[in-house]
Amino acid sequence: MTDNDRKMKALPVSLTAKDFASDQEPKWCPGCGDHSVLQQLKQVLPELGVAPENIVFLSGIGCSSRLPYYLATYGVHGIHGRALPMATGLKIARPELSVWVGTGDGDALSIGGNHFIHTLRRNPDLNVVLFNNEIYGLTKGQYSPTSKIGLKTVTSPSGVIDHPFNTAALTIGSGGTFFARAFDRDGKLLRTILKRAAEHKGTSLVEIYQNCPIFNNAAFEAFATLDSKADNTIYVEQGKPLVFGKNKNRGVMLDGFTPIVVDLDTEEFSTSDLWLHDESDINKASILARFADDDSLPRPIGVFYAEDRITYEDALVAQIQDAQKNGYGTLEQLLKGENSYEIKSAS
Amino acid sequence: MTDKKKTTRQVNVTSKTSVSVLFAGDSGDGMQLTGTQFANTVAIHGTELNTFPNFPSEIRAPAGTIAGVSGFQLQFSSKPVYTPGARFDVMVAMNSAALKANLKNLHRGGIIIAGTEGFDEKNLKLAGYPEGANPLHDGSLDNYIVFPVPILQLTREALKESGLSSKEIDRCKNMFVLGLLYWLYTLPFEGTMETMYAKFQKNVWMAEANIKAMKAGYYFGDETELFANLGRFDISPQKQHGIYRRVTGNEACAIALTAASRKANLELFLGSYPITPATEILQTLAKKKKYGVKTFQAEDEIAGIVSSIGAAYGGALAATSTSGPGLALKIEALGLAVILEIPLVVINVQRGGPSTGLPTKPEQSDLFMALYGRHGEAPLPVIAACSPVDCFYTTYEAARIAVEHMTPVICLSDGYLALSSEPWKVESPDNLADITPRFQPPREPKDAPYLPYKRDDRQVRSWAIPGTRGLEHRIGGLEKQHETGNVSHDPENHELMTKLRAEKIDRIADSIPLQSIDNGPLKGDLLVLGWGSTYGAIKTAVEQALEKGYSVAHAHLRYIHPFPKNLGEILGNYKQVMIPELNNGQLVHVIRDTFLFAPESYTKVQGVPFNEMEILSKITDLLKELKS
Repeated sequence: MTDNDRKMKALPVSLTAKDFASDQEPKWCPGCGDHSVLQQLKQVLPELGVAPENIVFLSGIGCSSRLPYYLATYGVHGIHGRALPMATGLKIARPELSVWVGTGDGDALSIGGNHFIHTLRRNPDLNVVLFNNEIYGLTKGQYSPTSKIGLKTVTSPSGVIDHPFNTAALTIGSGGTFFARAFDRDGKLLRTILKRAAEHKGTSLVEIYQNCPIFNNAAFEAFATLDSKADNTIYVEQGKPLVFGKNKNRGVMLDGFTPIVVDLDTEEFSTSDLWLHDESDINKASILARFADDDSLPRPIGVFYAEDRITYEDALVAQIQDAQKNGYGTLEQLLKGENSYEIKSAS
Repeated sequence: MTDKKKTTRQVNVTSKTSVSVLFAGDSGDGMQLTGTQFANTVAIHGTELNTFPNFPSEIRAPAGTIAGVSGFQLQFSSKPVYTPGARFDVMVAMNSAALKANLKNLHRGGIIIAGTEGFDEKNLKLAGYPEGANPLHDGSLDNYIVFPVPILQLTREALKESGLSSKEIDRCKNMFVLGLLYWLYTLPFEGTMETMYAKFQKNVWMAEANIKAMKAGYYFGDETELFANLGRFDISPQKQHGIYRRVTGNEACAIALTAASRKANLELFLGSYPITPATEILQTLAKKKKYGVKTFQAEDEIAGIVSSIGAAYGGALAATSTSGPGLALKIEALGLAVILEIPLVVINVQRGGPSTGLPTKPEQSDLFMALYGRHGEAPLPVIAACSPVDCFYTTYEAARIAVEHMTPVICLSDGYLALSSEPWKVESPDNLADITPRFQPPREPKDAPYLPYKRDDRQVRSWAIPGTRGLEHRIGGLEKQHETGNVSHDPENHELMTKLRAEKIDRIADSIPLQSIDNGPLKGDLLVLGWGSTYGAIKTAVEQALEKGYSVAHAHLRYIHPFPKNLGEILGNYKQVMIPELNNGQLVHVIRDTFLFAPESYTKVQGVPFNEMEILSKITDLLKELKS
């Protein structure tokens, strides 16, 4: 393999979603949110300007981790929880590839929790699509690390007692450089966010609230149905005030460090009092992340945080280039070492 | 070079063939540095050499106690040496604990150079000597030649005008000892001077103080009456001319991986997590950026191997280095590498187990885990290095097998090889075997579909790496259909794939050398069959047995799975086969299962290597039994 072969090739003329569909039929249950995520990915991938042979999808274990089988790119369906280190290794070895990870709440946050936090702080340029359905689907309905307190499942017949992970807070707390949240049912928004994730240089974490119709149906109903969605969610956009509600008549403002919901129909508050979303502000992103823990606040969707920080592989390549500034080491030099000595003749 | 003429008095110099020396002291006494410097000087002088450091797993165990004793043993000789010596001829004991811990391994009549300050009331008590007892005075060392030297006091005198703090001065006492040993063995000290100037480039006064202490030790030997009767010794250099370097086993593994990557024209990736005694492999490779090496210190052992699998999938020569507990954590991922059929080198530097066990001590107890320790039917090649220098050749071979046969390979070393060192005649790139990756070429749309699991006549699939046009394909841990690689739960297909994966590994036997006899007759009474780091002790013992006229031979296995094709035939040429192992008997099971006879197992599980005397005595006993 020469360096030339490895360089990205220009994308052939206008690929479509169809070009990214593999010959395998998805085996997810009818009505599963995963179908939508796959559909949006197939639409976004042709827009990235990257040839299919330069895209790799990696995954762990779980329903979501079947994703690579259904995309006509390179793909590896790995072992439970370990897609992120596999992706890191691949990205370090081949920085020019577009590397994606499909994972779930169990895969990423339970068995792969250690890899999750360490990958985020290192910031390799990966696009991580985390399907969060707050349940274990493939093993048939056990609670997951994001299941709500009190959820009754086969392994929590009296209700879940472990406090759930807050994916956004965990991402930001781990030193992640990109966090966004989307819904399986809102295809348009999901496409926008997947594109943003692909454009972000660094580890992009996209949490997708994804419905499992079999084991945890309607977990996100309040955020997803037409009549309740507007009042229960808030779409955060760069530079714009945090306005939500069916009639765009409610807003979020900061009282010190505390977010409060205000009524814009009253004389008391106007949009100029509201919090302006700033993706580069880690403090605001941290507060946004915590909205999920407070039922009086709308659930944020959109890009919470995006930070421009050097990627792991770029930093490593820079060190290697620096070490080679006086020349690339030869095999002769390697074998001879730096402390060799000559023995002239036997005495 | 230091000239014997420089001595102020005529001291008798006796020629010796070989000497084993132990530098022992508290872990804060700098014995590793002293030993390393002495070894460097001996190596450059051109004598044969084998070294072995022995230190506690604690960074700073309580000072003065037996637990805190740190030792560095080396044997240097006019003829080839394969071990640091079963017993030492000379022991430097910086304190009473060092003496107490090591006396049992000193030859009767051996020399003890004792730092008298380490034998004060406090040190004697810490070492556990009964009150009032002092081995330097109570006659208990009458069978040895004891030289009590006030090392600390003499160092302080030598450096009193150095401007160093008293703590800094005391730390130079190891250099005094080094100088004294240079004098005793008529060795030059200029090499160490150069090292000190290089080491303390920014603090020249420190270099000068260390050198002054070393010279004080050297001239003390010269001036004192103490050594008048003993005299000095000379071990004449015998090495063939050429360029040499001294390597430890761990360094050799790291160099081999880098060399293999260059020879195969692949980038080297090492994903690893620090673990004793394997860590130096990661450390050494982290410094090889000039050669394009990419190292990744992962968050845990699992991420170490899985990142390597990712890199291997991407077309790198990928490796991970670990020790027993780490290999246990990597096992699930090894299964993935087996079913993905991608190249991966796993270096396992064995240590005493189970669990944390004896982290700094060697053992050969991971052989079963290497051979069988996976879920499902997951065979893979296992090969083992037998000396520090052989760690290079074996690791290189592991990389060749991995790349050419598209499989993970476990390369076994151990804590003894990892830290021991010996001189290595610098290898020429031309002598290294070619390593040829079989990359699948790009495919045009009109071409036949790409079949990821189509195999060649050796049952090896090709390496289709991302970025190659037309080869987009999906593989994974699920069982896959023969040739297409699509997910398949078909019963017959699973059995077929299981057998094909096994056959692929078995066929590696076609590409490895036949087993040879290292030493001794091709047919005879007894074959000593070893593997791994027992090589030196077996080699030396069998040499001695052959000198006595015994009918004994030595064969040493590098390839443990698959075995060389002629191994069964070789084993049949001897009346008895003895298998020494640093475990509770593992290879002996494999040999018995494979060849259906009962070899004699000889095991030692003490966290220390065999010595040649133990092996020789076992050989003698077995031959006696055979005759009776």
